[in-house]
Amino acid sequence: MIRARAVEKRYGDERVLRGIDLDVERGGFAVVTGANGSGKTTLLRLVVGLAQPTAGELEVGVPRGRLGFLAHEPLVYRELTALENLDLYGRLYRVPERRERIGMLLERFRLWEARRQRVGSFSRGMLQRLALCRAFLHEPDLYVLDEPFTALDAEGAEVLDRELAERRERGTFLVATHAPARFDSLATAQMALVR
Amino acid sequence: MSYLSDVAALARKDLRLELRARDTLPAMLLFVISTLVVFHFTLPQGGSRLAAFGLLWVALVFTALLGLTRCFAAEREGEVLDGLVLAPSDRSAIWLGKAIAMLVFLVAAEAVALPAFALFFDPGIDGRTLLGVALADLGICTVGTLLAGMAAASRARELLLPLLFLPLAIPIVIGGVGTSVAGGGRYVELLVLYDAIFAIICWASFEYVVTE
Repeated sequence: MIRARAVEKRYGDERVLRGIDLDVERGGFAVVTGANGSGKTTLLRLVVGLAQPTAGELEVGVPRGRLGFLAHEPLVYRELTALENLDLYGRLYRVPERRERIGMLLERFRLWEARRQRVGSFSRGMLQRLALCRAFLHEPDLYVLDEPFTALDAEGAEVLDRELAERRERGTFLVATHAPARFDSLATAQMALVR
Repeated sequence: MSYLSDVAALARKDLRLELRARDTLPAMLLFVISTLVVFHFTLPQGGSRLAAFGLLWVALVFTALLGLTRCFAAEREGEVLDGLVLAPSDRSAIWLGKAIAMLVFLVAAEAVALPAFALFFDPGIDGRTLLGVALADLGICTVGTLLAGMAAASRARELLLPLLFLPLAIPIVIGGVGTSVAGGGRYVELLVLYDAIFAIICWASFEYVVTE
């Protein structure tokens, strides 16, 4: 599903990624690790198409509407409520039975009570839960997740563990993390980036 | 139909954001009224009607520019544009939704500015002037939204947007002033042609503005 050969990414004179080879088969679960600044986030942005490689080949075998991307930022509007944000994304992704799916995800991620609050008033952990709802809303085929456990409390982490285990059967995963042990039971491949 | 529903959802979102945050329209209103007040006191008593209309267009273009600088502010915060760009909908829907919302803000500002202009300068606003303003608004919002999208990705966005927008707004000002003071005819045709050409260019090129 993802095939990268000698991928390189430069921003001006700065080379962020060099010689990246990566293969993730359909149904695979690849974990990317590396120190701060090693290029994990850049690699994920290349895979989802938000950036283009400077050199090398990168093929991703899903259309962009079937990607679920969890970024560092939650990619939601601070002045809208959780419900309004998910409704907007649900419309743009043409999610069938949108309201039911949104309700189910908000329940699962324990945000139902806060669904009518403006996102600007959310804690960092609540924002991460909402970002996960947004990324999972359209049942993507390829999940590209950047530090998915960031800012989650024990309860949130438990919910995400369950979601990942359930979705592991249906999707392909590329996850960047500083804590690869968290994914030991799920991962099929691991890749370490060096600066 | 799905394209139009995407555009409607995106435009509605921008209007809702403005209703909540109120950080664009009040600034535009304050600016345009202040500018007209300043012009009222700087233009000599008994100044020409032509000069008054010239000042109106200066006020309108810079009011629009003020709104355009805020056009992608909500998307910059939290990098929301990345989320919109990854959605399967046609990316030009983002531009069209923004342009429609911007048009609503501009028309709302003009709904206050034109009566104020008539009050201060008594230039005799007629249907031709309103037609000129309406056609100019379309051009300002189509071109301005595209340029605001380009500038949003830059660190020097506050500097870049006026540098890109003002030269491209010159034909709009020429057409608008011409329609107001010299009647329709060629000036209306100029504005219609400008709107049509730039609407197509902006619609087709927005994809490249929001992708690397």
